[in-house]
Amino acid sequence: MITVRFFAMLKSLAKTEVKEYSVSGPVRLEELKSMLKKDFPALSGVLDSRSILISINQEFASRDAVVKDGDEVGLLPPFSGG
Amino acid sequence: MKTKSSVLVKIQEKGFSVGEVVESVKAASKGIGAVVTFLGAARDFSKGSVITGLDFEHYPGMAEKKLIDIRERALKNFDIIEMAIVHRTGKIEIGEDIVVIAAASAHRNDAFMACEWAITELKRTTPIWKRETTKSGEVWVSETP
Repeated sequence: MITVRFFAMLKSLAKTEVKEYSVSGPVRLEELKSMLKKDFPALSGVLDSRSILISINQEFASRDAVVKDGDEVGLLPPFSGG
Repeated sequence: MKTKSSVLVKIQEKGFSVGEVVESVKAASKGIGAVVTFLGAARDFSKGSVITGLDFEHYPGMAEKKLIDIRERALKNFDIIEMAIVHRTGKIEIGEDIVVIAAASAHRNDAFMACEWAITELKRTTPIWKRETTKSGEVWVSETP
């Protein structure tokens, strides 16, 4: 299972905090994004934005990273803390 | 036993006392001669709109890790003795405090530099998001970068 967590505006657009995907092997982030766009059409316009950062297991990940069973993926809009 | 980071770096809903945070870094050493604090507060306007309240969300676990990392890098890269960072989450009223960073050093210049670097780094790397309540509704600040 890959757990995808949505935050802030992405959570509002997806209308959920978490989505889980059963996978049979490693999945490229690009493939995961395609799955997300299909399941959450409201996200399709923003997921490719360079301002959206992605984390894997709570560390920043590059766009060509691969996720595997048990990983937690965070979709992170621009931060506005402080 | 708690590590220093878990005592000096916190994300919490409740308010904080700036005085207590300052004392927590001063307790590190009798060699401290300067403490510089940055205090972020909730103001009532943003980009021309009247703001009536704020609501902060964070990525539990990752946000704490990023703040701990900021403290550790500040201690390594600046000539400071201690640093504390406390950030609130959840609903925050106008005028209330949001974040405090306290940097302690022997001489003031090192603490000024470390504190300024730390708040800039916090805004850049820490997964915390602000939602503003305006007359026309609630807006995630990241929607209008």
